[in-house]
Amino acid sequence: MGEFKDIAHLIRLAGVFLLGLIFFLVFRSVTIPKSFGRYGPFRGAALVELSSRPLSFAGHAACENCHPDVAALKANGVHKSLNCESCHGPLAKHADDPGNVKPVLPDVAQLCIRCHSENIAKPAGFPQVNAKEHSGGQACNTCHQPHSPGFDAGGKK
Amino acid sequence: MILNRRQILLLLPAAAVAWDSVLADNPEGSPNYKMSEHWWGMLIDITKCIGCGSCVRACEMENDVPEGYFRTWVERYHVSDWHIENPEVDSPNGGMDGFPPGKAEGGKNFFVPKMCNHCVDSPCSQVCPVGATFHTPDGVVLVDYDYCLGCRYCIQACPYGCRFFHPKKHTADKCTLCYHRITKGLTTACCEACPTGARQLADLKNPNDPIHAFLKTHSVQVLKPHLATGSKLFYNSLDGSVR
Repeated sequence: MGEFKDIAHLIRLAGVFLLGLIFFLVFRSVTIPKSFGRYGPFRGAALVELSSRPLSFAGHAACENCHPDVAALKANGVHKSLNCESCHGPLAKHADDPGNVKPVLPDVAQLCIRCHSENIAKPAGFPQVNAKEHSGGQACNTCHQPHSPGFDAGGKK
Repeated sequence: MILNRRQILLLLPAAAVAWDSVLADNPEGSPNYKMSEHWWGMLIDITKCIGCGSCVRACEMENDVPEGYFRTWVERYHVSDWHIENPEVDSPNGGMDGFPPGKAEGGKNFFVPKMCNHCVDSPCSQVCPVGATFHTPDGVVLVDYDYCLGCRYCIQACPYGCRFFHPKKHTADKCTLCYHRITKGLTTACCEACPTGARQLADLKNPNDPIHAFLKTHSVQVLKPHLATGSKLFYNSLDGSVR
């Protein structure tokens, strides 16, 4: 045992290290949020907060559930690739509570020219008009049915 | 069992894979969504963009973006036929209200929608001093608004100018790729509102996603490829003058 008689200073050193370790573990558990590292090297709760935001746009599948007639009308026309809320605006509240939240019809005078007014930078094949020359101030839906604005409806080719 | 150095090195990748399975895969509140099954990006087809600004309005409505700030915006380029390096770019109110008709002066004109590129090696997350910007396992770059100090380092680090300082939250803010929508199986608000399909959310891990066929058959480019940010915003028919 003679060779271990001076071990006391090592025990003190080990004690210091142990205290340091305990301090580190306590400090770590207090400062690092519980959800840190749950999904990866970040605060998991932040990801949950962002993924649980409420919706504004319900998505076209929700619309087509209750309005299959409009979906069918639209499916054969040139507007078939348009989603409902592209024109009608965000309607998640209406989809959640169709009885009480009624959507407002979009203003055709503004809605159509948003996409179809002439612009030099639009793709050449895209149908564009100078609204004043084209209809002389008449509302677009006098001739065009917005859900299927084919040219047979009276509109110009 | 005694392992030599070679065996330990071989075990490390296996350990890394095992660690991934230790992490949770379903975000709380989205039980049907597995993060490890998705890798999100977006396809932007410049030949289809009509500059209507529907995406910008949809983003503002979906995400409560403060007025005058943009998580996505649309730029109009006018490239004269003799000075390709200096395009004229305008984006009145981020393109939210559409664009004035523009003058036919020769050269070419086109719209370029822009937003966060959700880079794999994003400069913004690398410079954050507190780790507030993070990458989700499904490839989305997000900001932890509780961690963010508002030091604005990331805002100047983003080579695409996609970040801004939120005037009310006093933190950095940016596109979340509508993380609350894509984890519920919906597309982003901008893609939902785009009338021409110029924007399409793409899941690169889904073999049935039309993005794969598109990437094979088109000349697709990312913005500023020389910066090697690993951008996942794929532009079809991107002109060399676009910055």
